[in-house]
Amino acid sequence: MKIHIANGRLIDPAHEIDQQADLFIANGKIVGIGSAPDGFVATRHIDATNKIVCPGLVDLAARLREPGFEYLATLESEMEAAMAGGVTSLAIPPDTDPPLDEPGLVEMLCYRAKKLNRAHVYPVGALTERLEGKRLSEMAELVDAGCVAFSQANHPITDTQVLFCALQYAATFGYRVWLQPIAPRFAREGVAHDGEVATRLGLPGIPTAAETIALFTYIELARLTGAKLHITRLSSAEGLALVRTAKAEGLDITCDVSINHLHLSDMDIGYFNAHCRLNPPLRSQRDRDALQAALAAGDIDALCSNHSPVDDDGKQVPFSEAEAGATGIELLLPLALKWGQGRQLSLLDTLRRVTINPARIIGSKAGQLNLGARADVCIFDAEGETTVSRERLRSQGKNTPFLGLNLPGKVCYTLVEGKVMYAEP
Amino acid sequence: MHNPQLNAHGELQHLLSLDGLPREILTAILDTAAPFTEVAEREVKKLPILRGKSIFNLFFENSTRTRTTFEIAAKRLSADVINLNVATSSTNKGETLLDTVDNLCAMQADMFVVRHASSGAPYLIAEHLRNTGRHDIHVVNAGDGRHAHPTQGLLDMYTIRHYKRDFSGLVVAIVGDVLHSRVARSQIAALTTLGVPEVRVIGPKTLMPTDLDKLGVRVFHDMREGLRDVDVVMMLRLQNERMNGPLLPSGQEFFKVWGLTPEKLALARPDAIVMHPGPMNRGVEIDSTVADGAQAVILPQVTFGIAVRMAVMSMLGRG
Repeated sequence: MKIHIANGRLIDPAHEIDQQADLFIANGKIVGIGSAPDGFVATRHIDATNKIVCPGLVDLAARLREPGFEYLATLESEMEAAMAGGVTSLAIPPDTDPPLDEPGLVEMLCYRAKKLNRAHVYPVGALTERLEGKRLSEMAELVDAGCVAFSQANHPITDTQVLFCALQYAATFGYRVWLQPIAPRFAREGVAHDGEVATRLGLPGIPTAAETIALFTYIELARLTGAKLHITRLSSAEGLALVRTAKAEGLDITCDVSINHLHLSDMDIGYFNAHCRLNPPLRSQRDRDALQAALAAGDIDALCSNHSPVDDDGKQVPFSEAEAGATGIELLLPLALKWGQGRQLSLLDTLRRVTINPARIIGSKAGQLNLGARADVCIFDAEGETTVSRERLRSQGKNTPFLGLNLPGKVCYTLVEGKVMYAEP
Repeated sequence: MHNPQLNAHGELQHLLSLDGLPREILTAILDTAAPFTEVAEREVKKLPILRGKSIFNLFFENSTRTRTTFEIAAKRLSADVINLNVATSSTNKGETLLDTVDNLCAMQADMFVVRHASSGAPYLIAEHLRNTGRHDIHVVNAGDGRHAHPTQGLLDMYTIRHYKRDFSGLVVAIVGDVLHSRVARSQIAALTTLGVPEVRVIGPKTLMPTDLDKLGVRVFHDMREGLRDVDVVMMLRLQNERMNGPLLPSGQEFFKVWGLTPEKLALARPDAIVMHPGPMNRGVEIDSTVADGAQAVILPQVTFGIAVRMAVMSMLGRG
């Protein structure tokens, strides 16, 4: 299949390209930008007039719920959602059941994903066996199996000695460790940001200190061990300040924020809206404003969906009993665009946070459109709209705080390795 | 965002929380309750207001006292009352909260009186009724988690108004475990809505929720300082399980520092009244001399509680 994407506005943040240019694809790779290579005869033309042509999006956190939670979602359902969202590369957190702590499991996941031939998956292996924080996982073996980094997902290590050793061991190989800043055994019963809203609603709180205390520890251990860190899902202005300082000091630390925390605050809980039961909790408007500014300033490297499908049984219960999480992979592009518009950023700068920046954190060559690159492409209409509704969401998870909203941008085509895997109906 | 407690005409549809209810509605409930206090003194203690209506007491958390007062109130209004202790019933068999509600709706319930250990559970029920078009069924929150206990808040306001006549010049102190107290949250909402100029809360830092001052109260940790010249002292119950652990070292120490003794009460205004939502822990939050003393209005609170619950149910059930 040889594809000619004609008349589009090509945006490739990795190479600072934003220009009217055709894209030529053959054998799954990009073979021409602007002009076709000699002898190129397209078998398919895609008219991208008035459309944006950019690298397929890279998402740093997409829970596909396999293995173990197939009642919530399957690779099939969530890959369709990724395609509809223009997302072609997914980092998979290790908190499956069993967790991604064994090379065989990781190989199976990669094999299943490859067979489906949709988005590329980048498993993040468990840092410790069963995520229990006691014994190290076989990191070198897991990397051979396909893992790109190591993480504890939402299960912080209680024993600081183990965390120290895990970081030392990872640093031996130069693996990046992704850590969610949660102080273990602190605010265990909390379900919402510890502030006025939680006090008013009588919801057990999770103080900002749960994030900062963890960050103090992580940053000090990174300093001691030389480990490369990626801080996942920042939620507070105070936490952000700590990461900013550590970066300025020269530590190799990157960080991300989720679409939920970029756009929402604890005020959105309203009258106990269980869609806003998220991990970490939605914090104050001041925190949200700080996160928005930091993503623009580059202090936060990437935006992710933190896609975590939860079924209705997990949400149609009182707030504090609700399962944390929201579907999001189909909202990554629209919510990136909404943020970019709000801050009056160029599309190039906006798309950088969901393409090349997360790709670099994964250590992948995804997220760019240079000659010879894998032809993972998203074509979208920046003037179009995405309506968020249960009917339209392809993810098996229908729960998100953004239900009912019209968001900017509409994905028209998604290509993976030069094949059209999604075309706007 | 619509206020789930009010219908399209701005009238009370459900009683879920006192936070966010207009002052006029609070006052209307207190005014409606006044004549009901006399019903109890009649030979026939019954009014036909809710005759033929079915009221389900839906208690997902054990409570004898609150359930009984709701039952008495409903029966005095001639309603049929069905008590369900769901804590020991179907939710343990895998039925969800909303399944239970749907089943009871199918039995032609007119009103649910709900108690639940999780904050917001009555909102979930009210929203479900709205989404399924059952606008003729009403929900009364009889206590949800740490969030609200609106009828308790209302009976407290009724008591204060009975003894003090007017809210506008009062200094009111709430003492004890505010962190876990749905009663305190409802009291704070009602007192600030009804125009009490100074609401104080007193207790150790471990029992004070974050940003409490943003609810319109002054926070004190020193009992003597906080009680000075108050008109009303509202004691909170300290749950046994909170007494020894990370929040407090012991009930004895709590009593020593924050227990209401005659000596501490002497710092309040001489005509100050002492209230308690019950059941009391004598010797932990309150000294027996005070609990049984002339300033205590704890038993009248219970009596007014029935009238206030009659008022709420009659206002909802009439519609």
